[in-house]
Amino acid sequence: MDYFKNDLSSLHAGLLNKDFSAQELTAETFEQIKARDQKIESFLTLNEQQALAAAKKVDEKGITDADKLAGIPVGIKDNIVTKGLKTTAASKILGNFKPIYDATVMEKLHAAKMINVGKLNLDEFAMGGSTENSAYKITKNAWNQTKVPGGSSGGPAAAVASGQLLAALGTDTGGSIRQPAAFNGIVGVKPTYGRVSRYGVIAFGSSLDQVGPMTRSVKDNALMLSAIAGHDKHDFTTSEREVPDFTAKLDGDIKGMRIGVPKEFMDQGVADDVREAIKNAIKTYEKLGATVEEVSLPYSKYGVPVYYIIASSEASSNLQRYDGIRYGFRADDVKNLEDVYVRSRSEGFGDEVKRRIMLGTFSLSAGTYDAYFKKAAQVRTLICQDFSNVFENYDLILAPTTTSTAFGIGEEINDPVTMYMNDILTIPVNLAGLPGMSLPAGFSNGLPIGMQLIAPQFGEETMYRAGYAFEQATDFYKEVPTIGGEN
Amino acid sequence: MNFATTIGLEVHVEMKTNSKAFSPAPVQYGQEPNTNTNVIDWGYPGVLPEVNQGALEYGMRAALALNCHITKDIHFDRKNYFYPDNPKAYQITQAQTPIGHDGFLEVELEDGSKKKIGIEEMHVEEDAGKNTHDPDGYSYVDLNRQGTPLIEIVSKPDIASADEAYAYLKKLRQVIQFTGVSDVKMEEGSMRADVNISVRPIGSDQYGTKTEMKNLNSFEHVRSGLKFEEKRQENVIRAGGSIQQETRRFDVNTGETVLMRVKEGKSDYRYFPEPDLPPIHISDDWIKEVKDSIPEMPEQRRARYVNEWGVTEYDANVLTQTMEMSDFFEATVAAGADPKLAANWLMGDVSAYMNDKKLELADLALTPEHLAQMIGLIKDETISSKIAKKVFKQIVANDTDPKAWVEEKGMVQLSDPQTLQPIIDEVLDNNAKSIEDFKNGKDRAVGFLVGNIMKQTRGKANPKVVNKLLMASLKER
Repeated sequence: MDYFKNDLSSLHAGLLNKDFSAQELTAETFEQIKARDQKIESFLTLNEQQALAAAKKVDEKGITDADKLAGIPVGIKDNIVTKGLKTTAASKILGNFKPIYDATVMEKLHAAKMINVGKLNLDEFAMGGSTENSAYKITKNAWNQTKVPGGSSGGPAAAVASGQLLAALGTDTGGSIRQPAAFNGIVGVKPTYGRVSRYGVIAFGSSLDQVGPMTRSVKDNALMLSAIAGHDKHDFTTSEREVPDFTAKLDGDIKGMRIGVPKEFMDQGVADDVREAIKNAIKTYEKLGATVEEVSLPYSKYGVPVYYIIASSEASSNLQRYDGIRYGFRADDVKNLEDVYVRSRSEGFGDEVKRRIMLGTFSLSAGTYDAYFKKAAQVRTLICQDFSNVFENYDLILAPTTTSTAFGIGEEINDPVTMYMNDILTIPVNLAGLPGMSLPAGFSNGLPIGMQLIAPQFGEETMYRAGYAFEQATDFYKEVPTIGGEN
Repeated sequence: MNFATTIGLEVHVEMKTNSKAFSPAPVQYGQEPNTNTNVIDWGYPGVLPEVNQGALEYGMRAALALNCHITKDIHFDRKNYFYPDNPKAYQITQAQTPIGHDGFLEVELEDGSKKKIGIEEMHVEEDAGKNTHDPDGYSYVDLNRQGTPLIEIVSKPDIASADEAYAYLKKLRQVIQFTGVSDVKMEEGSMRADVNISVRPIGSDQYGTKTEMKNLNSFEHVRSGLKFEEKRQENVIRAGGSIQQETRRFDVNTGETVLMRVKEGKSDYRYFPEPDLPPIHISDDWIKEVKDSIPEMPEQRRARYVNEWGVTEYDANVLTQTMEMSDFFEATVAAGADPKLAANWLMGDVSAYMNDKKLELADLALTPEHLAQMIGLIKDETISSKIAKKVFKQIVANDTDPKAWVEEKGMVQLSDPQTLQPIIDEVLDNNAKSIEDFKNGKDRAVGFLVGNIMKQTRGKANPKVVNKLLMASLKER
């Protein structure tokens, strides 16, 4: 089974025709993983026995044409809780944590009869843009193993890009799905805030976090989002809005679509090769019959500081529960209660997580709240307003996903500010709660370049339509990497 | 130097909802530790709070009953602090948008005068779990209480004495109880008070430094603690000292307050809006709906007792002090009892029995049906009031049907003249001296004769009938 030559629909057809069984597909997937992940190191935990048992069940019960995803393997970022399967958030503090419940998105995938093959690497608690902040391993870029896969969903991105899987779930708080998707040349979607349940997603920045699919094609992505989206009584921030079939209108016709390109997203330190690829993409869209014009998002330049205040403030509160008392890691030889807290957290959290806890704690403190958290919340409103203004006249926003292609492992890890600035093009989308997609838009020096499409709230259908039309017109997504000299 | 006292109260009341404020786990007192809990209560990774709309409506109900304005746009906030009984390390509360604000309670003071005490704000929040510290050196955490919905009611600095604080608490408990929002049981901790007090020389326009006492769960302790603390502060100032901001503990045994800890600056709880719960708009329609759901309050019940049932103002007031008493009274009347007699029995013998045995109404075997039946037996003269005392003793402590019991014990009153006349005749025959005394105008003789007749009938004779027959017989002799 070659994932580079298949998509979710062809696997579904194969299963439906009994060309192969779910068990065969799952077993082959594990063979692929074992062969390729030695070089990529995307998985933290494999779920082989459970996966094969689940596949057997699917085979026994049989599938119908309506079961579009049944029997197909999927990988899960390790900050999404999986019942009975170790969930670490790539942190030492949850090193031995086996959840007793499933995240809502997992329940949905189970209902769709997908096969969870394992848990994928990330930056600890999804804090980072290179997956180098994992307490466990450094995942490699699928296209060049000296480069980072991006982050924080580096594991899911690299696993999909290296042909170990067709689909994985990631999470995106400030670009954590789109940036690694761009670095690995795959399709990553951060849905509208409230489109997908966060219940069972280990919280980082609660007002920003969103689960989304990472796939090799736009259509596969739409199929996955249709399966995981929808209102959840366990998550009061989910929308009650009906979930459309996101695959329904993928016909390549985008004539008359109005697309805005924010000038701020084309100059602030965007590398020449990336800008060139986006200019080509604009030409492609114009050829397809869309109108593309320059627009402005003046407040977006404050996105990075606003984000690091709000996300870190929420994180500082969300991560207080890791206290060594009820689950997870507890330091040895503690003297008293305060010692349990201080030592468990000091030894259990990595440097980047501690940095953000300190940043957030400071921003929420009595003397600094007004100047930091409150001010950031106010600027966030202005950033939302920027987008609303543009969407009065445009259907979609087009921009690069990242300022450059993937950087080298170890290159930026000791320079947090440079690392933070990498998210400058993705962060405003989270602050405004909008849906955003990254899809392949070219290559430079053998590394993929990502293009970002941003839609109004709950405008995923438009985003998928435009992404599909571009993908069909360019075929960048058909390019596959060579992994350690073979593919 | 004379002083003016200023007292502030923060009262926490646990609401009797079926489930917790932000999780579907049940709310139930006295269960095995950690059985009424789920992943949300444990603060598991990935869980999210779920707003219990019932708790919000109970909060609104209480706010309306306390004459508060309702905040139309509310959100929840996080109050961050580490403690083992607080698994998320933050409490979900309403720091910025309390559901109710600027209300008041009218309390009656001991001299009969009335005073309005302002309510600064009233908000909905979640309770913490409970830590117990065992002599074995371990501390144990029970999260059953974690997440129980609370209302916190903060008074304005209008309370000027320990007695006023006591009256305020009593009134507060009464109002909350009648709203049906809480059982307000101090002994189960479903109502707890934090109090603060300061004194200042009369004429000074600045409040003095206040001291605090936390988690008091008896009105008497509040009163005694405040009285002691008021005197202590006055003495310190008179002696030229100054009060420091501190938390003190009321010692039940000595009746004194003792220093627990001196407050060094303010704790920083890093409040911020709870991102997991969207803001909630409270519409006028919703407020009206909740307003209409508030059960009859004590004032309304009192008016009904007086106007419809002819109960005195004083009795009506006493009967509506607690909902248990008021409900019991109404059930007794509903079971057919004469309202005035029911009131007399409840305020007399029933209350005396409760005080004597230190029991609550709910602890008694007495039912409104049995009490009504007994009152009926008295009214239709089946039993005498003397026998009634015996019947009461039986039914207050045992689940006994009064009518059956009276018959079984042969206690039915003798009212039939044909039965009584021979007994009277016999007594008269044996007491010629008393007849003579009576004829000579000595009324005492009648009492003696009645006593004898009662003795003959073992107290069962109907005194009215005996009197009538006796007088007639005396005239004939």
